[in-house]
Amino acid sequence: MTTALRTLWLQSGSCGGCSMSLLNAESPDLYATLEYAGIELLWHPSLSEASNGEFIDLLNRIMSGEQALDILCLEGSVMRGPNDTGRFHMLAGTGRPMMQWIADLSRKARYTIAIGSCAAFGGVTMAGGNPTEACGLQYEGNQPGGLLGEDWHSPEGLRVINVAGCPVHPGWVTDTLAQVAMGDMDETQLDEWNRPRSYTNHLVHHGCTRNEFYEFKASAEAPSDQGCMMEHMGCLGTQAHADCNRRPWNGEGSCIRGGYACINCTAPVFEEPGHPFTETPKIAGIPIGLPTDMPKAWFVALASLSKAATPKRLRENAVADHIVVPPGSDKKRGER
Amino acid sequence: MAGNSTRRILGPFNRVEGDLEVQVEIDEGRIESAWVNSPLYRGFEQILVGKDPRDALVITPRICGICSVSQSVAAARALADAQGIEQTPNGLLATNLILACENVADHLSHFYLFFMPDFARSDYAEHAWHRDAAERFVAQKGSASRDMLPARSEWMHITGLLAGKWPHSLALQPGGTTRAIEPREKLRLQSIVAGFRRFLETTLFADKLENVAAIATEDELMAWAGQHAGGDFAHFVRIAASAGLAKLGRATDHFMSYGAYATGHPNETHRFESGIWFDGRRESFEQRAITEDISHAWMHAQRTPKHPFDGSTLPDADIADAYSWCKAPRYNGRVFEVGAVARQLIDGHPLIAELVTNGGGNVFSRVVARLLELARVVPMMEGWIKAIAIGETFCNQGKLPKDGEGVGLVEAARGSLGHWLQIKHGRILNYQIVAPTTWNFSPRDQDDVPGALEQALIGTEVGDNGKQTVSIQHIVRSFDPCMVCTVH
Ligand code: SF4
Ligand code: SF4
Repeated sequence: MTTALRTLWLQSGSCGGCSMSLLNAESPDLYATLEYAGIELLWHPSLSEASNGEFIDLLNRIMSGEQALDILCLEGSVMRGPNDTGRFHMLAGTGRPMMQWIADLSRKARYTIAIGSCAAFGGVTMAGGNPTEACGLQYEGNQPGGLLGEDWHSPEGLRVINVAGCPVHPGWVTDTLAQVAMGDMDETQLDEWNRPRSYTNHLVHHGCTRNEFYEFKASAEAPSDQGCMMEHMGCLGTQAHADCNRRPWNGEGSCIRGGYACINCTAPVFEEPGHPFTETPKIAGIPIGLPTDMPKAWFVALASLSKAATPKRLRENAVADHIVVPPGSDKKRGER
Repeated sequence: MAGNSTRRILGPFNRVEGDLEVQVEIDEGRIESAWVNSPLYRGFEQILVGKDPRDALVITPRICGICSVSQSVAAARALADAQGIEQTPNGLLATNLILACENVADHLSHFYLFFMPDFARSDYAEHAWHRDAAERFVAQKGSASRDMLPARSEWMHITGLLAGKWPHSLALQPGGTTRAIEPREKLRLQSIVAGFRRFLETTLFADKLENVAAIATEDELMAWAGQHAGGDFAHFVRIAASAGLAKLGRATDHFMSYGAYATGHPNETHRFESGIWFDGRRESFEQRAITEDISHAWMHAQRTPKHPFDGSTLPDADIADAYSWCKAPRYNGRVFEVGAVARQLIDGHPLIAELVTNGGGNVFSRVVARLLELARVVPMMEGWIKAIAIGETFCNQGKLPKDGEGVGLVEAARGSLGHWLQIKHGRILNYQIVAPTTWNFSPRDQDDVPGALEQALIGTEVGDNGKQTVSIQHIVRSFDPCMVCTVH
């Protein structure tokens, strides 16, 4: 690694949550992680000194070629409305729609990275009929296209790298940046939605603390119950591509460990599941949207079998918010 | 308007959450008039209409990544109000802890990452203190960030344990929280707070939190800062005196707080009391007195100011006379300032009361109030953790009405946040949100009365061509604005 990769971070139709999540990086902290990874932040909206004209000068220097740009990170969806004018987000101080700045700057950067599901696919801003004509950099929901178009490639020959998530786990971002800086990023490292395989080769279900409840179909029935949340509470952990239960959030957390369903926030169109988020839609009592790769008949057979065999411990713990029946010990009871 | 005044457009302001543009009119080196523009509109109030009311718990936290929990709490309270249910005692304690964790982290980020780096600017190169300030606080490279970032990340483990993750948790529910903790996790929470207390008492204050919270007058503050010169708070107090921060950015001096950290007791409902401060007197707060005016916002279909239950959000980029996506919230028709300074003043903290009496809400008193709040809230959290009754439930379950309405009020780090929810046929009929920065960075209203920041900027010295914008930077950031909440 010779020189650090110069990185510009912009926000558009975003909540800023991906940046805030990034600050949670630890062991070592964010600045140390970026420094060791070989990433230099030319500018970040929450972290840099340059403001007003100083920042606009930087953009102009990048556009003129005077300042080299290796990585462009965009956080937030591209705001195209109203009527394709981009006026829902004018970049302050420039009188110009942000979507034009993004399109221009992405031609200059060797790599363009979408930070979060908004920048990747449009995200939550597209919910409810998409009143602002929001889209992602290279997708509009699950349709290829977006702001830059399906065929767009960066000067390094890569399409937009989609670090999807709402928000992103800090490790997903720092790993991706480090991979790019090491020269290890190519198409084989990206999945069918151009998300880094470093975290999407896993399912949220992997390593879930509720797996034993899942095996016996001992299900949670209300918020705060400890059982598996797939049957009633809308959990999509068996379909969601992410490593949230293998690589915890904020120390020991994950959505599921926090007591609520995975809503598959790394996937396009997660914002419109077609049913209330925390309720599993069913047909004839069987959840639609079965685990990835699982045949329906098999699930039905498995579910009735395992429900019949559910031990009392799991049946009772599943609908309580703390352990009411701890595991027993055969040895102690002399039942060996 | 004087003959040779000039207009300048400033933006984007970074180290605020989201995008911000300010126009100023300058005459003889002073700001005559200011217009604050929130240039990003995302349409959350439109998105929510027609959805299952429970979906607000997924969607509204995503309005804002920095006060995500506050949005969750407001939504959960609006739903609880509509259902007529209350939180379990454990759920209430856990909610306070998750919310306090966010508010404390936000105050810390504001001080170290957003506000202090401006004193490393070359504008201050002539000052004797500049070298030390730059070494400590310069953006990204300052020694303070190496101390503060790990402390903040570990602190957020509280939300990891109690709410799964931060931001965007679904743990905050109308009847409590979804995560009951075990005995070892209660111990873990205590250790995390103890570690953070040590960081504050070593690095930020160089003194015990209780001693900081007990500072009662400006003179005591100055004397204390002399005795605890090694801490970053004292460092700030010295810079503030030299840079004249107490003379900068005075706004309306009317303040409002919805009351922070619920107690569950009918008499004293909040640990930091609710109320308004109007013309130097405290009065009780009444949410019915809130209206939003859209006379200068790119919004249409509403002629007069309306209470949020009667409000609507219909964007129209072509409205004449409009200059922001932000609506203008008013209380009894007047401009109010919200935030830590308002909370501490209304709660009757003597130091903040004296600072406000002497110089109003200004850059100095706003920052002092935030740091004081750190010293007051962390010990409260220690008490809440102790009070959690292991084995008792964390969440009451309720049933949503087919038709109904609910109000959810909360104090976010930046001030008063409200959600107004109406349900019809089991769906969201209308959802209106008024965020803290909507109050502070409001545009003019129908009587042409400027919002709080617009007033705070008037009279600021900015040099002949308005080239010296550093004072403007301080004033803007002293409110700790969150632009993504402002318009949503
Ligand atoms: S379905 Fe969800 S709750 Fe159940 S085991 Fe899998 S990830 Fe955990
Ligand atoms: S558990 Fe699911 S919803 Fe939660 S962060 Fe991971 S992918 Fe997103």
